[in-house]
Amino acid sequence: MAKDILKVEKLERVFRVGSEDVRALRGVSFTITEGEFVSIMGTSGSGKSTLLNILGCLDTPTAGDYIIDGVSIKKLSKNELSTLRNRKIGFVFQNYNLLARTTAIENVELPLFYNSEVPAKERRDRAVAALKLVGLESRMEHMPNQLSGGQQQRVAIARALVNDPVILLADEATGNLDTRTSYEIMSLFQDLHNQGKTIAFVTHEPDIATFTTRKIKLRDGQIIEDTPIDTQSAAAALSAINLIKED
Amino acid sequence: MNIGNLIKVAFSSLFRNKMRTALTMLGIVIGIASVIAMVSIGQASTQSVKSELSSMGSNMIMIMPARQQRGGVDMGMTSSKSLDNKDLESLVKNTRYVADISPMVSSNKQLIYGNNNHSCSINGVSASYLNIRKYELKEGIMFTDDDVKRYNKVCVIGQTVVNELFTDGENPIGKTIRFGSIPMTVIGVLAEKGQNGMGNDQDDIVLAPYTTIQKRFLGINYFNMMFASAISEEESELAATEITYILRSNHGIKAGQNDDFDIRTQEELVSTISSVTGLMTTLLAAIASISLVVGGIGIMNIMYVTVTERTKEIGLRMAIGAHNRDIKLQFLSESVILSLIGGVIGVILGLLISYVASRLMKMPFVVSEMAILGSFIVCALTGIFFGWYPAKKAANMDPISALRYE
Repeated sequence: MAKDILKVEKLERVFRVGSEDVRALRGVSFTITEGEFVSIMGTSGSGKSTLLNILGCLDTPTAGDYIIDGVSIKKLSKNELSTLRNRKIGFVFQNYNLLARTTAIENVELPLFYNSEVPAKERRDRAVAALKLVGLESRMEHMPNQLSGGQQQRVAIARALVNDPVILLADEATGNLDTRTSYEIMSLFQDLHNQGKTIAFVTHEPDIATFTTRKIKLRDGQIIEDTPIDTQSAAAALSAINLIKED
Repeated sequence: MNIGNLIKVAFSSLFRNKMRTALTMLGIVIGIASVIAMVSIGQASTQSVKSELSSMGSNMIMIMPARQQRGGVDMGMTSSKSLDNKDLESLVKNTRYVADISPMVSSNKQLIYGNNNHSCSINGVSASYLNIRKYELKEGIMFTDDDVKRYNKVCVIGQTVVNELFTDGENPIGKTIRFGSIPMTVIGVLAEKGQNGMGNDQDDIVLAPYTTIQKRFLGINYFNMMFASAISEEESELAATEITYILRSNHGIKAGQNDDFDIRTQEELVSTISSVTGLMTTLLAAIASISLVVGGIGIMNIMYVTVTERTKEIGLRMAIGAHNRDIKLQFLSESVILSLIGGVIGVILGLLISYVASRLMKMPFVVSEMAILGSFIVCALTGIFFGWYPAKKAANMDPISALRYE
């Protein structure tokens, strides 16, 4: 039986806007086990961003519990949450969030600076390994503005991988990319998934979700659908559009 | 994050914006450079004034009659007649720490030689006056104790007097000058001393036996003042005490009564003047440090801009595991490094400025270690003080909204 990577129980999150309470999440429960590739879908306002913030330990729930890799975040301090983010979570953002005027390898090294367990000597080796994993070993010394969107997102994925997290959290990671590049990135995620990585992928594009193994759909702060998916191959989809182009 | 990483991260982000970093630093550079330059120029002038004063004789002691009041009216300095020949004799006989002693009586007379005339004061002194005031003879001889005893009409004159009276390059030795109606023979010319620390011409001087001035010029038997020299600079306080004791007993002053004379050592004068120039230095440094504050505010301003501009970066760093402390230290170390590098450049520039200034003003070049050390501390404190609020602002950001910031 696969290990539970994260588990949310009756998650509630209430924001106070003026004098009104806005209930962004109303009792969300699910479990993600090791090796799953889950897409979290929903329209804007469905609560998926709020959920992602909580899953990423950037925010804490008003009620309910969230356990990541066996640790309940309920009683953790701000600093402990920071350390947890550093060790257990790899973030991939829609707009890459790379440091400008900083080389790809330095961007990838960044999380290791905040991890005192990784000695300075090991930092570069690990960053190189992560960049190899995303196929960018030839672009290590490039600045972000010398890279294409897809390449920048690969650097961001390498940065998410460098601390060997228990889960990758992607927030609309293909949102700024064209279809072709999106499929390339999805193909990379599928490769990582095949190597045993656990991935939670937030998106609002149904075709992107078909590349995952499980779909969780949110509406008005509640789960309305949680089903396994007949997974499509991103590599196959990519060669399909290449064929169309050649015609 | 450890310190090594912190410094590395700070340097790399400072390097990312070279122009801005350089301009921000410029504020600190100017501030520190002006403080260093002002302090060392101030100290150089203190030192040059001090060395001028000690060229007048650092172990010199001046004895003056006390200021006198008549009917509630202050009669001015040297107005009383409390110092006389008896005092001189007992001082010469009974002191142990006094090397030389000379009285002084002054008279203002018009000096006439041929068609030239010059007005200056004639000082009646004894032969030891030259030693006390560190005058030297250029030509001729000094009058002797014998001349003093006989009220001889001889005098020694300074270079300014020579220049005024002997305009056609005559040798003044052996010539007779008229002091009003009294003719006096020039027997010596003093070597030039130039201006003293207060800008007075030390060569505009005529020395004659004090008895000559007392008896032939003024018809008095007291002194205007006395000059003495202690056997060494360290002994001048002892010598002053000794003189006080002898004069008090001579004048029959009982315990509890005030002295009817004033004693000033050169040491006191030096310390008075250095306290004045010291005050000047402090004032200059205070004015210069205003520019340091302005530089510091420049740093604060830029750090605020930087924090706002890098909101997304802060959000990202927090998301990938930076603690609030890491963020705060990162920005703090950026501002400290900024101001420290500015400080180093400022110190070098300041020393350069004061070196050039000392050359131009012909003053000694003084390097003040205190000022340099002080500036480094001030720099570090400036960095911390003006970097603190921007860094705190950065550290207190909410990672979620920082990441969304556009």
